[in-house]
Amino acid sequence: MTLLRERITIVGASLAGYWAAETLRRDGFEGLISLVGDEQHEPYDRPPLSKKYLAGDVRRDQLALGDVDKLDALDLDLRLGQRATGLDVASQLLEVNGVSESYDGLILATGARCRTLPSTDGVMGVHTLRTLDDAEAIRTALQDGAEQMVVVGAGFVGAEVAATAVNSGMLVTMVEALEAPFSRVLGQEMGMVLADLHRSHGVDLRTGVGVDEVLTAPTRSGGDRVVGVRLVDGTEVSADLLVAGIGVIPNVDWMEGSGLDLVDGVVCDATCLAAPNVVAAGDVARWFNVRYGESMRVEHWDNAVQQGAHAARRLLQTDEEAQPFNPVPWFWSDQYDRKVQLAGRSSPDADVRVMTGSVDEHRFVAFYGHEGRFLGALGMNRPRHVMQSKGLLEQDVSWDEALAFAAEWD
Amino acid sequence: MRVLVDFDLCESNAICMQIAPDIFEVRDDDFLYILNDTPGDERRVVLEESVQRCPKQAISLQE
Ligand SMILES: Cc1cc2nc3c(=O)[nH]c(=O)nc-3n(C[C@H](O)[C@H](O)[C@H](O)COP(=O)(O)OP(=O)(O)OC[C@H]3O[C@@H](n4cnc5c(N)ncnc54)[C@H](O)[C@@H]3O)c2cc1C
Ligand code: SF4
Repeated sequence: MTLLRERITIVGASLAGYWAAETLRRDGFEGLISLVGDEQHEPYDRPPLSKKYLAGDVRRDQLALGDVDKLDALDLDLRLGQRATGLDVASQLLEVNGVSESYDGLILATGARCRTLPSTDGVMGVHTLRTLDDAEAIRTALQDGAEQMVVVGAGFVGAEVAATAVNSGMLVTMVEALEAPFSRVLGQEMGMVLADLHRSHGVDLRTGVGVDEVLTAPTRSGGDRVVGVRLVDGTEVSADLLVAGIGVIPNVDWMEGSGLDLVDGVVCDATCLAAPNVVAAGDVARWFNVRYGESMRVEHWDNAVQQGAHAARRLLQTDEEAQPFNPVPWFWSDQYDRKVQLAGRSSPDADVRVMTGSVDEHRFVAFYGHEGRFLGALGMNRPRHVMQSKGLLEQDVSWDEALAFAAEWD
Repeated sequence: MRVLVDFDLCESNAICMQIAPDIFEVRDDDFLYILNDTPGDERRVVLEESVQRCPKQAISLQE
């Protein structure tokens, strides 16, 4: 049985939204698909923004998700530069730019936005990186001869920006409040390996010390411009460019009062359903992953693609047909000439073992295990092994089985 | 059906290899190799999935 729907609206015209639209058509939905997004740009890919696009190695048109022909073929009611401003799921009414409209099915894919440093609004030279416009601004600053960059927060996007800036000859300081950088995602030991990679490329990485104040000086045109930061230990770092990579906030504000459960994202069931005829996907979605028996929100590229597709299918299915969305999370990050990939997850108390290659050469695969369970695999420049490990994680093999499998490598 | 990879775009992250190990292989030199560029129609579904999931949109199928 298929459900009768004539009009499906997708809010958020980015990765999850695009793949939701593509999947609806692929699965034979012939009704109206409205894709509403508040950015002016046609759907584009974010990962290059901190990497090749920032470095000037790819052009803007190469960022497009699906080429023009493909976008045309999807036959969408594409409404760019329009913002969803309200929602009422009981009456199935969405408000776009203040005007109410109805839907038969709704896909929420509004992603996330960057956290910002307090009292830096309007300060020249202070940036975050989420959108093409953000990347454009940082790229312009690089081209205009900025010499010293400070990256606040050692997260993955910040680390990629640092790597790109170092490669273009800038002096880069990275400041991380945690003692062990990257440890939230990679665990202490492997976080230090990544920290070492940055130090070996000349990044001045300060850990265990937060930023106390962003230092500014007045400009001739009347505004303020960043000149550095003072750290909580009193030291000052000068900079003419500051990039804050201190995490993101899911874009759910506009859904307040909609009747949806909003807790650090749109809360969904195991199938990505948030309310009758409403699904969510990508960075904004918090769903119950039955594989882990936990509710989670994942901020990775592959998750947005997979969940966008899954959520779209969910809308076309009855409750009986619906399948749980239970992926093993996976992401990659390119820093310098290294490809870092993590399949599964680390855990603070995990047993960490290097299974192949050498940590010192920054070319290896490490496994995370805990209490007999195989949790995750981290690779640097070992994509094949990481992907094989991802397969093992999907089969839920035990720690011993995973170790035995990897013993065959090399 | 012919499998094409734009090697200028490919970043050897081996996603396609996880989906269709009989067709794609990333070797220890970090390059992607196509093991079989004219697979039978029974592989169409997995190949379409590879096309979709390649983050670089490097794979295409030619009839
Ligand atoms: C610089 C950068 C580099 C990255 N690199 C990697 C990487 O190497 N590997 C990896 O796995 N992941 C990476 N990611 C993460 C990945 O890009 C995200 O997980 C992905 O973009 C999430 O897609 P999404 O569609 O859920 O949300 P988003 O891409 O955030 O898109 C949401 C869209 O909705 C719009 N929107 C928000 N509110 C409204 C509203 N009320 N009305 C209308 N539209 C609205 C937003 O403007 C945006 O266009 C990177 C992200 C960034 C920013
Ligand atoms: S998925 Fe795409 S980028 Fe990755 S190895 Fe395959 S072809 Fe290359």
